[in-house]
Amino acid sequence: MSILVNKETKVIVQGFTGKEGSFHAEQCMAYGTKIVGGVTPNKGGTEHLGQPVFNTVKEAVASTGATVSMIFVPPAFVSDAVMEAADAGIELAVIITEGAPVRDMQAAKAYALKHSMKTIGPNCPGIITAEECKIGIMPGMIFKKGNVGLISKSGTLTYEGANQVCREGFGISTAVGIGGDPIIGLSYKQLLPMFEADPETHAIVMIGEIGGDLEIQAAAYIKEHITKPVVAFIAGQTAPKGKRMGHAGAIVSGGAGTAAEKMAALDAAGVKVVVSPADIGKAVAEVLAKR
Amino acid sequence: MNIHEYQAKQIFAKYDVPTPKGLMAESVEQAVENAKVLGGPVWVVKAQIHAGGRGLGGGVKLARSIEEVEKLSREILGMTLITHQTGPEGKLVQKLYIEEGADIKDELYLGVVLDRAREMPVIMASTEGGMAIEDVAHDNPEKIIKVAVDPAIGFQGFHGRELVFGLGITNPDEQKKFISFASKLYKLYIENDAEMIEINPLVKTGNGDFLALDGKMGFDDSALGRHPDIEAMRDISEEDADEREATQYGLSYISLDGEIGCMVNGAGLAMGTMDTINYMGGTPANFLDVGGKANAETVAKGFEIILKNPKVKAIFVNIFGGIVRCDRIANGILEATKLVDVHVPVIVRLDGTNAPEAAEILRNANIANVIAATDLADGAAKAVAAAKQAK
Repeated sequence: MSILVNKETKVIVQGFTGKEGSFHAEQCMAYGTKIVGGVTPNKGGTEHLGQPVFNTVKEAVASTGATVSMIFVPPAFVSDAVMEAADAGIELAVIITEGAPVRDMQAAKAYALKHSMKTIGPNCPGIITAEECKIGIMPGMIFKKGNVGLISKSGTLTYEGANQVCREGFGISTAVGIGGDPIIGLSYKQLLPMFEADPETHAIVMIGEIGGDLEIQAAAYIKEHITKPVVAFIAGQTAPKGKRMGHAGAIVSGGAGTAAEKMAALDAAGVKVVVSPADIGKAVAEVLAKR
Repeated sequence: MNIHEYQAKQIFAKYDVPTPKGLMAESVEQAVENAKVLGGPVWVVKAQIHAGGRGLGGGVKLARSIEEVEKLSREILGMTLITHQTGPEGKLVQKLYIEEGADIKDELYLGVVLDRAREMPVIMASTEGGMAIEDVAHDNPEKIIKVAVDPAIGFQGFHGRELVFGLGITNPDEQKKFISFASKLYKLYIENDAEMIEINPLVKTGNGDFLALDGKMGFDDSALGRHPDIEAMRDISEEDADEREATQYGLSYISLDGEIGCMVNGAGLAMGTMDTINYMGGTPANFLDVGGKANAETVAKGFEIILKNPKVKAIFVNIFGGIVRCDRIANGILEATKLVDVHVPVIVRLDGTNAPEAAEILRNANIANVIAATDLADGAAKAVAAAKQAK
């Protein structure tokens, strides 16, 4: 078990033949992901990386039975690609592209919801079920199979967290990089119940950052519904107000969205909150030892 | 990206959002000329900087004669204006906006921002114009009316009714004028990919007209590609020179007050590194995300920018290589030390893809100032210790 994706999941790539799409599709295939084809308009009927290329997502789905799409198209075309995937009946779109306009993502997400298509990202490392299926750009070798679920807004903190968990002798069930843009797809609140329901997951690591209130919503949800131990870290305790810290969404505005308020809310919900990301692994070991 | 008030008002004018007449000036002579063109009898001389709170800082003043316009322009142009949004160093006033005076009866607030929880723009209005909206939100949250508008349906009549009834506007003619004002503002927010619009104050005149007395706009950086007209409004003198230089090299840099320079890949890990330094008793000198395409040139540039800050006593390079290969970063560090005089200890933690090869490269190079670290905690501790020793 795991959440959302596993070794049976059939994946297509939108933006398959581009430089980024090609490189990462190949890496995913090497990891064991079932990439069954890709979409590049006007290249339909050809082959790429030993897989068929289609002109449209509809054709790709009809021919391959894919349920997940990994999106690498340039930022200006992301909303079009997401909506095309939703329209074609894709169940989960993983949007890697960075720099998609907020207004486009707003429209794309609204359309995806209407078609019951889940989305992850944009501007994220993707999702990985350890040693089964990697859909994204993360370094696969650091994710050893195990019983810790991980949800993170930050790419490199996902790697940092997973690495520490594995060094402590544990492993990862599924790790999801949800991205740090103002509008994102699946968030803590939707992913937490999936990990709660997954028998393979025994503990959850949640990595957040300043800006927005998704972590606050997560805290309220955890308090009511999550029985598994949760370890959390919120990046940006030392970030100054009003400055955007790299991610489009990571900004403390009008005194709201601070790390302190998020950490307090999580702590009050019974989450083990660490002050330094260097302590994530140790904290996981502690909460799992208590079980 | 943010723009000046006078630029926001140019956009307002395109959408028929009413504003007082005004003209931008870059010299005292031009300010006087503008005042003559506008005619008077009352003018407002306004400092143009990218920060709120200009009035309280002494950057907005009323003039009742041309002579007074000249005197005030001389005072304000070239002054360093300090407001609650500029930081203690303030901002140099390089442009003025000369505006005709308005007959103010009431001061309101109107803004449009993205509501991240509802995932759609929300129009915010308040009868408490002229005050910082953050304070109103804190002290009298019930005095802010919020109307979320789904872009899929656009601004409808009911949105307008919620606004005017919420604000207590009862005169039908005034209701019509306010609703028209708000709907145009929403339209220009959407069509220009704005991130934020704020009009504070929006005034009601003695005639029951609504006027945007101020105008603040910020835009979604990711959408600027499709708005060359707005990109052209960029005023680089308002942006931090080091932050801007960093951007040109694909680096994301923000300077802070501390002593330990940070060079990290990924925004989250960069913030987490600052937090760890702080937790261990040190102080971060900057936020620096080298991004996913770090190479020798960008690493050298990063060192150069960090070292411009004389407070820096040590540098912590913290890289978790995913797609970024650590051996490349290690070579980048070697190259950088040839290009830039790195005169402070550099603590290097390289983990992830090709980390053993990277460690080997650094070991063989044997550079005096470079100290290897095994993980995040070790690196942060060594950086804090090195900075303390340098004192």
